[in-house]
Amino acid sequence: MTTQTNSISKMPFVKPTVRASKTKKILLALFRDRYLYLLAIPGILYFLIFKFVPMWGLIISFQNYSPFLGILHSPWVGFEHFQRLFGNEDFKIIFRNTLAISFLNLLLFFPAPIVLSLLLNEVSSSVYKRWIQTVIYFPHFLSWVIIAGITFIMLGQADGLVNEIIAYFGGEKIAFLSEPKTFWLLLVVQNIWRDAGWGTVIFLAAITSVDPALYESARMDGANRFRQIWHITLPGIKNVIIVLLILRIGQVMEVGFEQIYLMSNAPVASLADVFDTYVYRNGVRAGQFSYSAAVGLFKSVIGLIMVLLANRLAKMFGEEGVY
Amino acid sequence: MKRHVSELIFEYANYIFLFIIGAACIFPLYYVFVVSISDPIEYLHSKLLLFPTKITFINYKYIFSTPLFTRATGVSAFLSTVGTAMSIIVTSALAYALSRKRMLARKYLLLAIVFTTLFNPGLIPNYLLVRNLGLINHIWALIIPVLSSGWNVLLLKSFFDSIPESLEEAAIIDGCNDIQVWFRIVLPLSLPALATFSLFFAVAYWNTFFNAIMYINDFKKWPLQIVMQTLLIDSSTQSAYNEQIANPQALKMAAVVIATTPIMCVYPFLQKHFAKGVMLGAVKG
Repeated sequence: MTTQTNSISKMPFVKPTVRASKTKKILLALFRDRYLYLLAIPGILYFLIFKFVPMWGLIISFQNYSPFLGILHSPWVGFEHFQRLFGNEDFKIIFRNTLAISFLNLLLFFPAPIVLSLLLNEVSSSVYKRWIQTVIYFPHFLSWVIIAGITFIMLGQADGLVNEIIAYFGGEKIAFLSEPKTFWLLLVVQNIWRDAGWGTVIFLAAITSVDPALYESARMDGANRFRQIWHITLPGIKNVIIVLLILRIGQVMEVGFEQIYLMSNAPVASLADVFDTYVYRNGVRAGQFSYSAAVGLFKSVIGLIMVLLANRLAKMFGEEGVY
Repeated sequence: MKRHVSELIFEYANYIFLFIIGAACIFPLYYVFVVSISDPIEYLHSKLLLFPTKITFINYKYIFSTPLFTRATGVSAFLSTVGTAMSIIVTSALAYALSRKRMLARKYLLLAIVFTTLFNPGLIPNYLLVRNLGLINHIWALIIPVLSSGWNVLLLKSFFDSIPESLEEAAIIDGCNDIQVWFRIVLPLSLPALATFSLFFAVAYWNTFFNAIMYINDFKKWPLQIVMQTLLIDSSTQSAYNEQIANPQALKMAAVVIATTPIMCVYPFLQKHFAKGVMLGAVKG
């Protein structure tokens, strides 16, 4: 019996019916789950149009795109825009600014939530802890416009509160907002104010998973609070720290557009120009679409490489990785 | 005994340090609030107001009397409500479909969505797309291009993964189709997750700034954040306000309070859930 069916299925004329039943199966499955696909369609359309069409639109980086001719008819120019970018003095400046702001954030902003979480974890009163958490999470939800506005109100040279206090004590008013020497630092301080508290959420959660028995035995051995933090809590959250650090490195090309756009002013303009602001100014404002798209593509490709490298690194450290 | 003392010192120092941090986070907002309800004359005499002595709402009255501001508040309220509803529906529907193993080509769709989180084509192609779709100067340009994101779909999908299929089967036997299962069973069961996502979406829509700068030139369709920018930061437009009111600084502060109030209102609800929501994200990074 089995040999018979085998020999039948080997016969050439049976094959088409097998294939037909496969497409039929797919059609049947499509029909059976038609409502499920109906649910998925708006989302799929959204991703197709707003996430994948722009990827296709990157073709204009290799063209002299003209809105009247469209992507299909605009003339090709190869790598001309990239050559123009790399030969440009602007490129050095925006690359330097982007990297400098990123690394300054890495150096000063990144450790802040870790230190805060360690200190919060040492608070024995849960009511006090909750109050502090509620307060330090809040700035994360404010828009950059509000944060920039508050910065102006607090640090403005003419009538900012800090300068009023300095003047009250007979000091000289300081131009915090337009001082090139400290502009990057100002950005980092804003970041810390906005997100250091919010960043503790993840570290505090990691700390709760540290085995309490470890603390008890450390205390038996005579370890004080600092030694407990150093030898138990920190190693306990080491993995989370490494993964977040690596992710952060992967995001090195991303420096907040809104923040920089809002905080930049004439005296600090050459320090505030980063990839995103450069692309916005040359592309959306000045209409150099192809050149700006090429600049954006360069940034995105570097970003993609950094994320993939970072993920690799995370896996090398024995972590799950992100993707 | 000595160790005990050092522990106490640490404890108190820690309490004080954290208090300072907390105060640094909230004091600027407190100060802004106090000035906004204080007498403008008093503020002009001394900028170091720490408590309101003569409470007045003159700044608020003035702000609400300008059509630009009230209209922009309306635009932002529209974005936060309609946008959030649309985002939640589209995101959760796709996430639910992707969480069902019987969906065809599910793996490829998931892979494609993961890819969108890795590679961002950048500003210009997005801008040209919105322009070619004829959405420039249209309020939908602030909703439709940001309806969903790969991260949100993947997060909600992993949440829906944990809902047992047997529940769904039971509903189907009772005569539900997939849309009814999604709407009547899956969504009610995931209300905490949906609440978290909604609040995050709502805050993001309320804070919409950059897309509005790119896509909206007509000041009648400006959302609140753009009006806030012209009021707080862009000095070229400030003279218009200066002429009409004695104290533009206090006016700015009242505007900040108004723009912050809705966030203050949703914050308690948000806070209850977001640790969980963030941890949901932490699973994947």
